[in-house]
Formats: sequence, structure tokens, C-alpha cells
Amino acid sequence: MAAVRTNGERTINRLAIVSVLIITMIFLAPIYWIASTAFKPRNLATTIPPTIVFTPEISPFVKLFTKRSQLRAPPSQEEYAAAPWWERLVFDGGEKVVRSGRGEVQLSGYPSRFMNSLIVAITSTVLAVGMGTFTAYGFSRFRVKGEQDLLFFILSTRMLPPVVVAIPMFLMYRAVGLNDTHLGLIILYTAFNLSFSVWLMKGFIDEIPKEYEEAALVDGYTRMQAFFKIVLPEAATGIAATAVFCFITAWNEYAFALIMTNRRAQTAPPFIPSQVGSGLPDWTVIASGTLLFLLPVAIFTFLLRNHLLRGMSFGAIRK
Amino acid sequence: MATAVLTTLDPKSRAASRGMSDMSIRNLFIIPTIVFLIVFNIFPLLYSLGYSFTDFRASSNAPANFVGLQNYRDLLADPFIWTNFTITAKYVIVSVVGQVVVGFGVALLLNRDIPLKGLLTTLLLLPMMLSMAVVGLFWKLLYDPSFGIINYALGLGTFEWLSNPNMALYAVALTDIWMWSPFVMLLSLAGLSAVPKHLYEAAAIDRAGSLYTFFRITLPLVAPILMIAIIFRTMEAFKTFDLAYILTSQPTTEVISIRLYKMAFQEWQTGMSCALAYIVLIMVLAITNIYVKYLNKVKER
Repeated sequence: MAAVRTNGERTINRLAIVSVLIITMIFLAPIYWIASTAFKPRNLATTIPPTIVFTPEISPFVKLFTKRSQLRAPPSQEEYAAAPWWERLVFDGGEKVVRSGRGEVQLSGYPSRFMNSLIVAITSTVLAVGMGTFTAYGFSRFRVKGEQDLLFFILSTRMLPPVVVAIPMFLMYRAVGLNDTHLGLIILYTAFNLSFSVWLMKGFIDEIPKEYEEAALVDGYTRMQAFFKIVLPEAATGIAATAVFCFITAWNEYAFALIMTNRRAQTAPPFIPSQVGSGLPDWTVIASGTLLFLLPVAIFTFLLRNHLLRGMSFGAIRK
Repeated sequence: MATAVLTTLDPKSRAASRGMSDMSIRNLFIIPTIVFLIVFNIFPLLYSLGYSFTDFRASSNAPANFVGLQNYRDLLADPFIWTNFTITAKYVIVSVVGQVVVGFGVALLLNRDIPLKGLLTTLLLLPMMLSMAVVGLFWKLLYDPSFGIINYALGLGTFEWLSNPNMALYAVALTDIWMWSPFVMLLSLAGLSAVPKHLYEAAAIDRAGSLYTFFRITLPLVAPILMIAIIFRTMEAFKTFDLAYILTSQPTTEVISIRLYKMAFQEWQTGMSCALAYIVLIMVLAITNIYVKYLNKVKER
């Protein structure tokens, strides 16, 4: 805005800076609390008053990945000495790692849910962005009868509440055996993200001058070659941004996953809340699981920062 | 679609005669997506439209009986469904108003020479990118009456947030405001930065007061983008499921999506839930229509 001139304006500007800093701290406080709880010993997670200064521990992450049971009696000296460092952390918390008959460490449900999230989010992103880019090019470069109506139809499928779509999908999946499968979720997320990807990619492709392809056509390229060799490289940034948005949406999705999966193909969002049972939950383990789950999205948000506006407005507003 | 016209190429030209024709490329690029969306979005909806006229229950093997409009009549006459809609409306109003006040307010603060503005903006945008279900879950700990940091920071003692039926909906809305104010802020910032500087300079020369400048210059010019943010957030708040479902199980927070979920997947009243889904669907499509109109309006500017 206008350059700072008077003393009064300077004071106002300083006040604005201080308020922005305070507001940012308030907004980040819940995320900070997740991160700090993920490194707390269990007995410090729920203290009155809340514990702010403590010696960080890695034990919540060990507990997150292993199946544990309560210790009836403290481990013998030899048992404790023979255990690897991470197992000792579990002993210290009054629990022991469950091992199979052959001594293999039993994993908790978390790693497989995390893997499921990765498989489903990555595959559906590749499909949605791939199909979306072709379709966006079609809409951008050729005249399509009823284009506005088709684009509205494409977008409206995304706007429906997940539960509304999930009821018939559940019945259909049950009939063909797609419930609780990766493929079932991948199809749902691809359909969900496809509309978004068409809208966003159309904006990016609209910005590439048609003259580039026309020059290539004159040089003897076919339309297909022009698309792959001229348009796709030009649209690379747009494709990357769209892919990250689709990945985040699929990664975070909860309602479809809750309804369509229960074990084999379950993703992390419905799994993590299911760990807060009726008893006293171990918030340090929940926090460590949450932190690992949020990390990819937090990193992507920083990479995406210049495209956030565009993505969140379906490509309509750009800077 | 079959009679569509080509744009850039003259079909008789040399370029057009090489490789596939533009028309077949267009069809190859567009039709699979349309077919995919019809098969996985429209067909299921037709399927559930059919079930909405029956007394089908997915939990039993009994054949579905055609009951005509009975489900719709029962739903519209059911006072409990109207309670769910009232709760949803209350939730939409509280959370959208909160998001606009906080989001637009922060955008006004940020719209000046502030050191590290880019970094602060990105940090402020973080909450809306995170998973509602997973982060929302953690708010249970933050709201805890005895050891939650919210009561501790505000000095509220053992104030009940989620287990108090009168407070729970506001607690859910507060978490939603935390998550989505950044969205309103992001769009408002775009609107604010598009206001031409010379308008402010002219107002300053005319010695216009800051309130006058705000209401006569800033607000009218930001209004269209702010409107997009409001309609989009209204639509999303109307559909809300994750947060309310995870944070509480109070009857006072049973928004329409939760009612629908329970009816379909806990009570297994499949036919009835398909009818309710259609009532919700029509409402959402109406809002979507307004939203898309606004999007196109802003796009054309």
C-alpha cells in the first residue's frame, strides 16, 4: 500500500505487524502442539497445567509402529540388556513389544495404513492428472458443443457431499466385490479429482499461446506430436501443481475411506481416529502418527505456495 | 458434440492431413473422461434415484418394494430431519461468518509492507491444507476440559466444550474457522492486491477518511472475490461431515451429512437414505450453480 508517511501511519503499521505475528502464532499453536506431543513421554502428554518444556523422546514413534502389550512384571535384567534400544524405550513405558513365536516383532496397524494411503493417493493422482490434462487440452483448443454445460457437469460431480455419492457406490462395489480394495478407492478418488484436474489444467493450457503449436504444425509436426513435444513441456509447472493438489485431496480424504474400507485397503485418515477408543488414549502415539501423516502435506504446501490461490479457486483466480 | 467445428486448422490444409484429424484427437481426449465420470458419478446417482422410491434395506435379503414418493413424504414431514437441517444452517452461519471476519481481517492486516510477508502468508495457509479428520481429532485433546491447552491459555478452568450439548456445535465451528479462515484470507488478499493504487492516492488527495476509503473503494472492489469465498465455504460447510463426526457424538451436532450417514450405514434404511441424499443433492447443486456463475463472472474480468 501507500508508503508510510506520518508518525501515526508508522504506528499503525507497527501495530499491524505485531497483530499479524500474534495471529500467526495462534494459528500455528495447534500444529505445534501436535509436533511437541509426538515427542513427549506418555505421562507428560496430559498434565495440568500442560507441559511445555520437556526432554524430547523418540518412544512415541517406536510405539506407533509396533504392537505392544502391558507388562505384568518388569523385565529381567538380562532381558532388558539383550533388547535393542528401541525395545528398551517400550519397556521404560511399562509395556513390551509383542513378538511372534519365531521372535519377529509384530507391527501395529499404522505402517500398512500409511502404505495404503500412499498407494491410493499416488495412483489416483496419476490417473486424474493424466486424463485431466488430455481433456483440458481438448476443451482448450477445440470447439466443443455445449462446452459450458459440460464443464459445469464435470465440476458438479465434485461438489456433491461424499456421503450422497457413497451410498450407491457402496451398493455397487458390494455387488462387484470392490469394497475394501485399493482399486475401489482409486476409482473413487480418480473420479473425484478428475473434475478438479480438468478445470485447473484448462486454465494452464489456455495460457500457452496457440501460435507455438501452429508453428510446429507448419514445421511438419502432427497435432499429436505438437501436443507431446510442445504443449506438455510448456504445461509442466501446471501439471506438477495440479498433481500436488490432487495428491493432497486424496491423501486427506476421510468420508469415502471410512465407508468403503475397513481393514485391507483402509487408509490413514479413518484409521488414526479409530485408535482413540473409549479408554484413555495414548495421545503421544496419536500425535506421532498424525505428525508423520501431516508432514508430506506441509512440505507440499511450501512447494505449492505460489499456486495455492489458483488451485483453491479451481483455476478461476490467478495472479 | 458430433457436429462440433474445428478451430485452428483448415481441414483441407496440408498440416491437417498428417496424422490423426483434429476431430478424432478431440474425441480421443475428451470422451474417455466424460464416459468415466458418467459411469462412476452419474450412473450411481441414477441407481440411488431408483432406490429412493423403494423400501430397500441393504442389510437384509428381502426384495425391495416400490413405495412411490412415500420416502420423500415421510422425510419432509419428519420433524427430526428438520432439526438436522436447522443444526446445519446454524453451523453454516456461525462458521462462514467467523471465517469471513477472521480471514478478511487478517488479509487487511497483511495487505501492507510487512517483513517476511510471503513466509507468514504460507504459514497461515497451512491449516486448510491438512486433513480435517486427522487434525480435527487432535482438537479433542486441545478442547479437553482438564488438560487441554485452550482452557489453560484462556484461563477457563474446566470449561466443557465438546461434552456440553449447547457448546459442542460452536466448538466444531471454531475448529472449522481455524482450518478455513486461511482460505478466505487467501482469496481476499488476491482481491485486495488487485485494487488499483491510484484510487487510494486519489482518495488521500481528497482527504477522504480511512473508513470512507474502506467502504467506498476497498470493499466494493474486493466484493466479487469475497463473494466466491463465501459461496464456496457455504457449500462446504453445508456438506460438512468429518469434523463434527470425529469431534463429538452429541445429538446437537448432528448435521445433515451425519444423519444421512447414520441412516444409510448404521440403521441401513437404504431406500429412505437415497431419498434424503437426493434432497441434499438438489440443495447442493443449486448452490454450485450460483458458485460457477460467480467464478465465470470473475474470470471474465
